[in-house]
Amino acid sequence: MITAMLNEAWIAMWANRLRTILTMLGMVIGVSAVIIMQAVGLGAQQQVQESIESMGSNLFIVLSGAPTSGGGVRMGSGAIPTLTTSDAEAIEELPTVAGAAPSVSDTAQAIYGARNWSTQITGTTSSYFTVRNWELDAGAPFSDSDIRSATRVALLGKTVVDNLFGDENPVGQTIRIKNSPYIVLGVLSAKGQSLNGRDQDDTILVPITTAQRKLLGSQFAGTVRFIMVQAKSAEAMPAVEKAINELLRQRHRIREGAESDFNVRNLTAMANTAAETTAVMSLMLGIIASISLLVGGIGIMNIMLVSVTERTREIGIRMAIGARDRDILLQFLLEAIIISIIGCLIGVILGIAGALAAQAIADIHVVITLGSILLAFTVATAVGIFFGWYPARQAARLRPIDALRFQ
Amino acid sequence: MEASPIEARQGDTRQGDTSPVIHVEHLYKEYISAAGVMPVLHDLSAQIMHGEFVAIMGASGSGKSTLMNILGCIDMATSGTYLLNGRDVNTMDRDMLAHLRNDLIGFVFQGFNLLPRASLVDNVALPLVYSKVTRDERVARAEEMLNKVGLLKYRDSHPNQISGGQQQRVAIARALINRPKLLLADEPTGNLDSHTGHEIMDLFSELNTRDGITIVLITHEAEVAAYAHRLVRLADGRVVYDGNPAAHLSTHTPQKI
Repeated sequence: MITAMLNEAWIAMWANRLRTILTMLGMVIGVSAVIIMQAVGLGAQQQVQESIESMGSNLFIVLSGAPTSGGGVRMGSGAIPTLTTSDAEAIEELPTVAGAAPSVSDTAQAIYGARNWSTQITGTTSSYFTVRNWELDAGAPFSDSDIRSATRVALLGKTVVDNLFGDENPVGQTIRIKNSPYIVLGVLSAKGQSLNGRDQDDTILVPITTAQRKLLGSQFAGTVRFIMVQAKSAEAMPAVEKAINELLRQRHRIREGAESDFNVRNLTAMANTAAETTAVMSLMLGIIASISLLVGGIGIMNIMLVSVTERTREIGIRMAIGARDRDILLQFLLEAIIISIIGCLIGVILGIAGALAAQAIADIHVVITLGSILLAFTVATAVGIFFGWYPARQAARLRPIDALRFQ
Repeated sequence: MEASPIEARQGDTRQGDTSPVIHVEHLYKEYISAAGVMPVLHDLSAQIMHGEFVAIMGASGSGKSTLMNILGCIDMATSGTYLLNGRDVNTMDRDMLAHLRNDLIGFVFQGFNLLPRASLVDNVALPLVYSKVTRDERVARAEEMLNKVGLLKYRDSHPNQISGGQQQRVAIARALINRPKLLLADEPTGNLDSHTGHEIMDLFSELNTRDGITIVLITHEAEVAAYAHRLVRLADGRVVYDGNPAAHLSTHTPQKI
């Protein structure tokens, strides 16, 4: 029964092959659009997720600044260093804080042999590795004694290694920064892009004391640009934010009501906002793609209605020799479903190809999951049934005599 | 009632089975058109017994095609009773009617009504698709029927590749494949030349005498009606003659097209 019907559906579709192909094209475009958009959307979400993970979890950044000078000119955060290494040490003492890493940074030229590379130099303490959840691919991190004695040692990010050393092993080699030699202690593991698109691996870490005294030179000795703070848990974040504010206001002797000379930002909340934005974006992409699938479905319905009208006489003949309503219904429904499933198959193939092409040509990160392919299949079949139903039912409801008399 | 069954004819394999296969009583059929209500059948009553071979004649508009469609369960009377094989058709739903058309009735049309895109063997096998017969059996039985009408060698041809007479043979093979008790034919020779028409009528006669299939056909050709054993003439939706074809045809000028 079903094989005979499939065969008949095939014959009918083959007889109108151009029309069938054009109808299918609507589904092909719809499905491939859904696949591509989902791949792009998921890719963006995954990228954001990776950035968030590479940033470290439950993070605050305490920036110095936000003061007002007498004339009322407000300087940007970090413009005037008001935070010190001892502030960071005090924050680290707070019970809900997992770690606090004071940092200073500047851009400088690093030289190895004949090669040089301009990169960001960050001076920090060993807490930085735990707070940022950053590991080493090779070598060892600097120790507390390196920080105490401000030794000239450095840890290199992946990008710096690639540009200065190529395939050479950098550990134990000496690079020069601002004409001073630094021994490379280790290589940081790759972190990729940050949320704002900066290459996090394009960096050199040195002990904070080295940076303060020997490298960057500041008019305010012992000050830091920012302190990265990690709370012990996500739940503790509001309490930590409040505790940091209270502690620093007290330490900086800021009177009640006066403006703070520092600024606490919840990086994790910002990251979550970014993740939500991407999620909304991929949802929008999905909706737009779904509309083209809907248009494809309407195309199927249109053609099936034409087909039913054209084949009214055939329906009459079939009914006269014993076809029941459901036989006629099934026959037309089957045609609509076959068109949508074949269209979907081609659409999936084109969609995957398109997504991979986008990745190869435009360097867009895409993620193709089995789930999105299954979703496309389910939706395509549902579209076929939904839009095939009405024309098929119209056919099945015809009175045999009317169908037979139809010219 | 003037309808009188012809009993115990020669070669009737259903001798003794004298129950009516068709029993219509006070049948009315009206069409509602823009011009108003058009009466087509007017208080028509008749019985046709198992194994009969009946020709229905009548001028255009006499209601013979409408009657045929009602008998074939592809149209419904406005009022009146129709017992098919003893069962009241008016009480049946669409599925039951479809089952009757599939199982009990074979229908042959003037315009053949074959599916143009299907091969002859598929056309003949089509009714079996709707009675849940397996593919192998469908093909075997369709080939057997094609062989019976002498067209097995064209089994994979399409309807437009064979002549009108051959197409009508295929249509008859299709009508017979489910071994119906009743064969209804609406001007089966109307689109054929007289030689081919005689061949088709010979086939009908053989089906009636050898297989005992009850045959009701519409025609307006006297020489076609002469093959039947009983003639019913309609005029304005009423039966005006019911009896021996030879007696009637000799006294009436046969209608020509």
